[in-house]
Amino acid sequence: MASPLFAGIDVGAAATKVALVDASGALVGKAAIPSGMDFAEASETARALALEDAGASAGDLVRTVSTGYGRKNVAFADGTKTEIACHARGAHFYFPEAITIIDIGGQDNKIIKLDAAGNRLDFRMNRKCAAGTGAFLEEIARRIGVRIEEMEGLARLSTERVEIGSFCTVFSATEILALVRRGAKVPDIVKGAFRSVVKRVTEMDPFEGKVVATGGVVAYNSTVVELLSDAVGKPVRTPPAPQLSGAIGAALYARNEPASS
Amino acid sequence: MAEEKKAPAFKKIMAADMMKKVMANHFYDLNNAAKTGSPKVAWCTSVGPAELLRAMGFLVYFPENHGAVLGATRTAMDYIPLANAVGYSPEICSYLTSDIGAFLKGETPLSKQYKEITSLPKPNVLVYNTNQCRDVKDWMQWYGRRLNVPCIGIETFRNIGDVNEDAVKAISAQIKALVPTLEKISGRKLDIDKLREVVGLSRRCTDLWKQVLETSSAIPSPFTFFDGTIHMGPAVVARGTQEAVDYYEHLLPELKKRIADKVAAVEGERHRIYWDGMPVWGKLRELSTLFLEQKTCVVASTYCNSWVFTALDAKDPFDSMARAYTELFIVRSDDAKEKYIERMRDLFKFDGILFHDSKTCPNNSNNRYGMPQRLAEKLGIPSVVIHGDLNDLRCYSEEQSVTQIEAFIEQLEGKK
Ligand code: SF4
Repeated sequence: MASPLFAGIDVGAAATKVALVDASGALVGKAAIPSGMDFAEASETARALALEDAGASAGDLVRTVSTGYGRKNVAFADGTKTEIACHARGAHFYFPEAITIIDIGGQDNKIIKLDAAGNRLDFRMNRKCAAGTGAFLEEIARRIGVRIEEMEGLARLSTERVEIGSFCTVFSATEILALVRRGAKVPDIVKGAFRSVVKRVTEMDPFEGKVVATGGVVAYNSTVVELLSDAVGKPVRTPPAPQLSGAIGAALYARNEPASS
Repeated sequence: MAEEKKAPAFKKIMAADMMKKVMANHFYDLNNAAKTGSPKVAWCTSVGPAELLRAMGFLVYFPENHGAVLGATRTAMDYIPLANAVGYSPEICSYLTSDIGAFLKGETPLSKQYKEITSLPKPNVLVYNTNQCRDVKDWMQWYGRRLNVPCIGIETFRNIGDVNEDAVKAISAQIKALVPTLEKISGRKLDIDKLREVVGLSRRCTDLWKQVLETSSAIPSPFTFFDGTIHMGPAVVARGTQEAVDYYEHLLPELKKRIADKVAAVEGERHRIYWDGMPVWGKLRELSTLFLEQKTCVVASTYCNSWVFTALDAKDPFDSMARAYTELFIVRSDDAKEKYIERMRDLFKFDGILFHDSKTCPNNSNNRYGMPQRLAEKLGIPSVVIHGDLNDLRCYSEEQSVTQIEAFIEQLEGKK
């Protein structure tokens, strides 16, 4: 048998992510696939892909902890933890100090504050609304006819600042129509959409102390990280695999703890 | 996996059977009165002058209680749009919108619960007290116009610190000013001794209900907030009657026995939480199960305490009613509310606070002006805010709230 592995599986509303860590906590395998309509199936598939990535087999897995909205649909998990706990654990592994974590997910945002030992002091989730989340960016991409993967490259071409001010995704889409009518360029609109996400997120907390950003949106769009740094007035750091932070946290729980309830 | 384990069982409170009878009698009596025309029926907001109405011979019906029934039966969402359509916004009190919507549709969930009841008991007078919000007045006025029934009430102070004598006198004068109209409608003169008797009974009910709630200061707690939302029924609809007093005299010993026997409402109680704000009526079952599974007892709440009127005094009925209605949490300033929650923490020894930010009730959503942060600093206890609503489940994300509550309990666990 290869070295023992511990799996964390984060079944989010948009994507299912799996992280495999070894006994030292090092990330040795990973996978991320769309969650689709069948969380149980997505979790099986993602686990198989992550094992393949690590060159390991299911027999090498000592323990699995699931997290995310679909955490209770993972039949093979030995325990579950909330995504708040897992994101905290995952981020603190890479930044073992007092930090405030901003996680920008597909459907929600989280702000989590940790002390130097990684104990959670406070957390907050955005209100149930797409504003400031990956879902908002998806909607905007659809409206302006670009693919979500193209957004970062486009934002880099922006030359003029445009503002998208509405809280509401539908209103933002209307604002964008008005911008298009006024001749605003696509790269500027994309960067404006990024700025809107950053505004919604930075409204959630005063962000004292060191700040770490995680989640798919910052993983794929470094412009968002730069805008976040500007908004909070200090450098915002990201872990090596920001979109896997929750899954890594779950894997670290699997490594350290017997199956939890 | 934990989720496959059998859910822990709720422990039945035996007194519940008697409570059901008290509630049934209340609704049947009203139904009969409305049908026969005697006695007269008054509709009253939850903290309107119910004692005065009873003393003057009215049977008293509480629209807010009906609002809660619409919420708990999850029928509210069918009715809210009907009120929206006649100009009452989805952003205002969803008790109001669901109740008016149900009326427009000619339906009530009471008819499922109680045979023979097909409609609400038609009022002879509508009486409000704006101490909690403006919505109750708008609500009563809608019925006043619709049914062509007189609508009278009390306009009181809001967001006040200490309740001073001037405020008490001003409100007391307004209560007295209702008397001539009520005498005309009821056809009988106010008998002050009768009023003293009713106020005395109401005070007795309050004292007992308060003792019931305070049994939760025991560790482990024999009673939860969720039990409270059910067992408050008689205090809500029958304060000022002997039946309500009898009910709590029956319930209290059962809870005291639980304390003596160390019976926990939540088996294996590990954490104790304070619930601030309105209940999410349509999700009481799910939420109480969640807390049960998490071995967390919601030991106290702002909401259940809203029917505690310790200032009532039979010797001084008008002024004491004015004071009792005005001393309530919902009427007070944030300073006074925070002091109150601090006292509650000392009594109930909770280790966290849940704030329910209820979309359509800003009046009873206390997280919006920085209170969680101030209390965290002052009391050193963490809090969580869940976004939802009293009745409109379209404003409630169950997934997100469950995650937040579980994460909050993990956080409390981490502090143990
Ligand atoms: S206090 Fe809130 S729930 Fe009660 S009637 Fe007023 S708005 Fe409605």
